[in-house]
Amino acid sequence: MATVSLTVNGQSVTADVDPRTLLVQFLRDNLRLTGTHVGCDTSQCGACVVHLNGEAVKSCTTLAVQADAGVVTTIEGLAQGGELHPMQAAFREHHGLQCGYCTPGMIMSAVDIVNRKGPDLDEQTIRAELEGNLCRCTGYHNIVKAVAAGAQAMAEAPLQQAAE
Amino acid sequence: MYAFDYHRPTSARQAADLASQFEDMKFLAGGHTLLPTMKMRLAGPTNLVDLGQIAELRGIERSGDTLSIGAMTKHAEVAHSADVRQAIPALAELAEVIGDPHVRNRGTMGGSVANNDPSADYPAACLALNATIVTDRREIAADDFFQGIFTTALDEGEIITRIAFPVPSQAAYAKFRNPASRYALVGVFVARFADGVRMAVTGAGSNGVFRMPEMEQALAQNFAPEALNGIAAPEDEMNSDIHADAAYRAHLVGVMTRRAVQAAASRS
Ligand SMILES: Cc1cc2nc3c(=O)[nH]c(=O)nc-3n(C[C@H](O)[C@H](O)[C@H](O)COP(=O)(O)OP(=O)(O)OC[C@H]3O[C@@H](n4cnc5c(N)ncnc54)[C@H](O)[C@@H]3O)c2cc1C
Ligand code: FES
Ligand code: FES
Repeated sequence: MATVSLTVNGQSVTADVDPRTLLVQFLRDNLRLTGTHVGCDTSQCGACVVHLNGEAVKSCTTLAVQADAGVVTTIEGLAQGGELHPMQAAFREHHGLQCGYCTPGMIMSAVDIVNRKGPDLDEQTIRAELEGNLCRCTGYHNIVKAVAAGAQAMAEAPLQQAAE
Repeated sequence: MYAFDYHRPTSARQAADLASQFEDMKFLAGGHTLLPTMKMRLAGPTNLVDLGQIAELRGIERSGDTLSIGAMTKHAEVAHSADVRQAIPALAELAEVIGDPHVRNRGTMGGSVANNDPSADYPAACLALNATIVTDRREIAADDFFQGIFTTALDEGEIITRIAFPVPSQAAYAKFRNPASRYALVGVFVARFADGVRMAVTGAGSNGVFRMPEMEQALAQNFAPEALNGIAAPEDEMNSDIHADAAYRAHLVGVMTRRAVQAAASRS
């Protein structure tokens, strides 16, 4: 067993885990944060993307012990006080999802793109930056629209961005 | 994934000591090759020695005509480093097309070089730039380091600490990505130095990354795509799989080398 201490969505958690526990298993099975999904076993789909110390990572390809002492934000950590994060709201508004399986990873990636590149994102940038996120349903068009709109909305809602 | 014991040393010395204690041991860097392999149960080390907390394995330094990059430096750090952009912009551009943003946030240069995947990008840069692979025991020239698919000069328990790249006058990397995996179907790195030209090809060769001396000599005479007319990659030494057959890969070597030369030549 190994001990892991993390800050997840603002809360400190400490647990003894089998070292082979993946970060996504720790989030889903130990913490019951089931918003982070597993869509593949080849590290390619991005359904499992969370933020670790401010960077978007695939939690299916990170051991929980590697994240020790780190700060993790999952999809559950975005909404503030019952109000959707602007990127979540944009996905709803622009129909950026169908079955929703890829959506948590898409949104965590999208927020990361805005954090790195700012709110003015052209279509080409969004498509290139979403390379690590696969969607079987939408054909991506509405996802791209949602990310562009969500990015603008994030710039208009600085308080919520700071909270993340 | 099979069970293992996990160790987290804070110096290369400690890591080497740990490594010498266990028979079935693997170093863990970014984990973006090793963990997928372990999840598939294609690898099952009984001990993992995590290099993630070793400060001396990080960092990017320019001194004179050498750019030295710590083994645990992540692809995204190389892509965004002002020092790399200034000294060898082609290397930053290469790092920027590895995998996807999430892979680049975890995967490391040392892990990629140690792994020597036949379709990985960094081996082409190391070989074309005549890099030196620095380990906790010795310095290894890239020409001696890469020894065929997934095979390197590293001994059991040997740790790559840094990679030292001579700064070229002009260089570029041209990559034809496999659209599904993002790895190189064919990638060519071309580097021009005061005393000659070196190039290396990844993705294509059935024995891993390789140089083509005939192309290097032609480019040393005339650093332009036309210099390559009449020189072809040997089809019988190319890899063939469901993504591309040997003839296609051989053809792509010519195309990507010309593109890399063009891009390098247009650099001031
Ligand atoms: C979806 C996906 C797409 C990818 N696309 C690309 C791509 O386009 N191009 C590309 O080049 N790569 C690609 N990769 C691979 C990625 O770059 C890996 O991160 C990299 O090859 C391995 O680096 P790592 O730090 O993750 O090493 P790990 O997976 O941790 O380790 C790999 C191997 O190297 C050994 N090792 C690690 N560090 C050292 C060291 N310092 N000294 C000695 N041995 C060491 C380990 O023991 C292990 O055997 C992709 C990976 C994924 C998951
Ligand atoms: S679950 Fe598919 S990349 Fe993590
Ligand atoms: S909405 Fe179904 S996978 Fe993207």
